[in-house]
Amino acid sequence: MGEAGIAILPLAPSARFSLRLAAAVVEIGEAGGFWLDIPINTCHVAGERMTVRLGPNEWLLFGPQADAIRHDVAATLGDRFFSLVDVGDRDLAFAVAGIHARDVINGGCPLDLDDIVFPAGSASRTLLGKAQIVLIRPGAERLYRIECGRSFALYVRAYLENIAHEFLRSPGSGILA
Amino acid sequence: MLLIPCPHCGPRSELEFHCGGEAHIARPTNPAATGDQRWAEYLFYRSNTKGVHAERWLHVHGCGRWFNVRRDTISDRFVTADQIRSAEEGS
Ligand SMILES: [Zn+2]
Repeated sequence: MGEAGIAILPLAPSARFSLRLAAAVVEIGEAGGFWLDIPINTCHVAGERMTVRLGPNEWLLFGPQADAIRHDVAATLGDRFFSLVDVGDRDLAFAVAGIHARDVINGGCPLDLDDIVFPAGSASRTLLGKAQIVLIRPGAERLYRIECGRSFALYVRAYLENIAHEFLRSPGSGILA
Repeated sequence: MLLIPCPHCGPRSELEFHCGGEAHIARPTNPAATGDQRWAEYLFYRSNTKGVHAERWLHVHGCGRWFNVRRDTISDRFVTADQIRSAEEGS
């Protein structure tokens, strides 16, 4: 996929949790395989589990099994004051990959996606057109994960496809292949 | 388009923000004992500064936090941005 001009792919379902936690995360560090003490607007991948820090007291947690995540995180946080909400069916995700991925996303997203400003490991809540999204760049390759509300998915997909048509002549390009 | 300096996220597009108007407007501590004139001043009266003034912004499509900035209303330049601290932390 790295050679492709542009590819837009729906991603498999995933468990997702929204974690709100007021306590000092420095002393907690890690909860059930999720690294909480990472800079705001970054992500951290550990095996099948991914942590995204959206703000000073807000995280998104991803992984394959909701029950296991709920158990592991709650066990670590114990009787601290926190909320852990299962939002696995609220959102769904697309992968946007290829050498034109950044151009296509920037067709509707105001973030500066230059490698210096948005390097591997970056993640942030932002906008795509009128829809709120969470944009995640797990690695150095040109592969971005877009999380959006389920009811916004058709809008987000159509928006990305519309811009991607500009780049379809690039070799290896495909939409929802 | 303004480039607004969020204290958590750095400079971001105005599209991601919601403006909360003039900052440092204290709610009367005892609304029941507050007269109509004072209440109207709290709700509606603003200083309409020409020059640098303090205002609130919410990074709604970002970190989700409120913060204060000082902006020059003539040039639209942002002078400073500060986190809003909770009462326990002090301000
Ligand atoms: Zn922010």
